[in-house]
This record gives sequence, structure tokens and C-alpha cells, in this order.
Amino acid sequence: MSLRSPLGLALGSGSAKAGTEHWWAQRVTAVALLILGSWFLYSIMRLDSYSHAAMLGWAVRPWNGVMLLLLGLTLAWHSALGVQVVLEDYVHGPFIKVASLMLNRFAHVFLAIAIVVAVLKLVIGGPA
Amino acid sequence: MNETSRPLSPHLTIYRWPISMTLSILHRGTGVALSVGLIALVVWLQSIASGAESYQVVMGWMDTLAGRALLLGWSYAFFFHLCNGIRHLFWDAGLGFELRHANASAWFVLVASLLMTVAYWLPFQLTGA
Repeated sequence: MSLRSPLGLALGSGSAKAGTEHWWAQRVTAVALLILGSWFLYSIMRLDSYSHAAMLGWAVRPWNGVMLLLLGLTLAWHSALGVQVVLEDYVHGPFIKVASLMLNRFAHVFLAIAIVVAVLKLVIGGPA
Repeated sequence: MNETSRPLSPHLTIYRWPISMTLSILHRGTGVALSVGLIALVVWLQSIASGAESYQVVMGWMDTLAGRALLLGWSYAFFFHLCNGIRHLFWDAGLGFELRHANASAWFVLVASLLMTVAYWLPFQLTGA
């Protein structure tokens, strides 16, 4: 027996059945960011100098590159999921809602790619 | 949205303000603030990769009063979102829902995130960096 109302069935406006993945991805990225975010703040704090040469020396180390890539991608993912919920809660106009959700995705993919390019250039391009 | 005259939940105007509500709003607020911080992180990393000149420009922005206030704010936002995020994970596991526990963990998160922010910046102040 279905608990859906006849009108609900006719309109097809039931659950999108995609909420669990969103919820779970938010938790998994949250736990990852616990580690990655703490690593970033600690790693930055430990530097003796914040000159450009010192930053290059820091970013060229492969393990720092690995951690920076993980941090950037996980952060962009978690941020995209979080901002999506905020938009879904507060933006209701039929056009503006879809447009803002789309813009949110575009912006976060852009930021993620920008981090990947910057970190790869620093790790691979710089002197070892 | 349909306008309606019947009272809608949550009844913000008649409830006594619970501490959980402050934390809930702060969690969302710090989350959005950290999303803006992600843009700053990208600009900063790109400036390192682009060379000494662009890096100096970005570090110049950070060294202003507004820049320092933003960095301080983002660090607090990170520590708060981290502490309260752990609180949320406990709830997800079904733990800590008792009003007494939820209120205690709320105050714990508020105090812990402030202490972590102070502890983080203290070494910078001592070395004058």
C-alpha cells in the first residue's frame, strides 16, 4: 500500500530519493576535514617565515601537495553541499532557485580546479 | 510561498531563546563564512603559484586591519564549525539529545572554540609574526 496521496502520485512530486547520498557525503567530508583542516592550520603555524621563498619551499614538498589537494577538493565538496542546503532553505523563486543552485555548483567546481592547478604547479613546477 | 495567518513552527516570537538556537545559527553562519574563506584560500594558493609579485600583493591585503580581522574571524569560524560539527556527529549517532546534555555541549562548544582560537594565535603574538 502506498502512503502517497493520489494528487501526489499524479504530480510526481514525491521524494527526490537523493537525500541520503547528500547527507552521508556531508558527514564523510566533515570527518575528513577534521583532519585536513587541522593539518593545514598546524602546518601554516609551524612555518618560520612567510616570505614567498619560504612558501615555495613549503608547497614544493610532495606530502604537503598531497594534503593540500585533499584539503582543497574535500573543502570544495563539503562547502558545495552546505551552501546548497542554505540556498534550498532560503531561495524560493522558480527561476532564481535553479539558477542559484547551478551557480553554486559552477563556483565550487571552479574553486576546486583552481586549487588543483595551483598545487600541481607548485609541487611539479618548482625546484625540489 | 503561501501567506498564512496561522502560527508557523518554529514559534520564534513566543519561545524563550534556547542556547541551541544560537549554536544552530552560528553553525550555519560560520559554514557560509568558511565557504567565503575557501575563495581566499584559492586566491592565496594561486598567488604563491603565480610568483613573488602577486604573492606580495595578496600578503599586503592580509596585513591590513581588515585582512587581519578576516583571518581571525575565519580561524574562529573554523574552530567553532569543527567543535559544533563533532556535536552534530554525536547527535547523528543518537547520543546527547537529552536537554541537559545538549545545553552542556552547547556551552562546551562555545568555550572550547574561543579557547582554541586564542591558543592558535598566541604563538604568533609572542613571535610577533
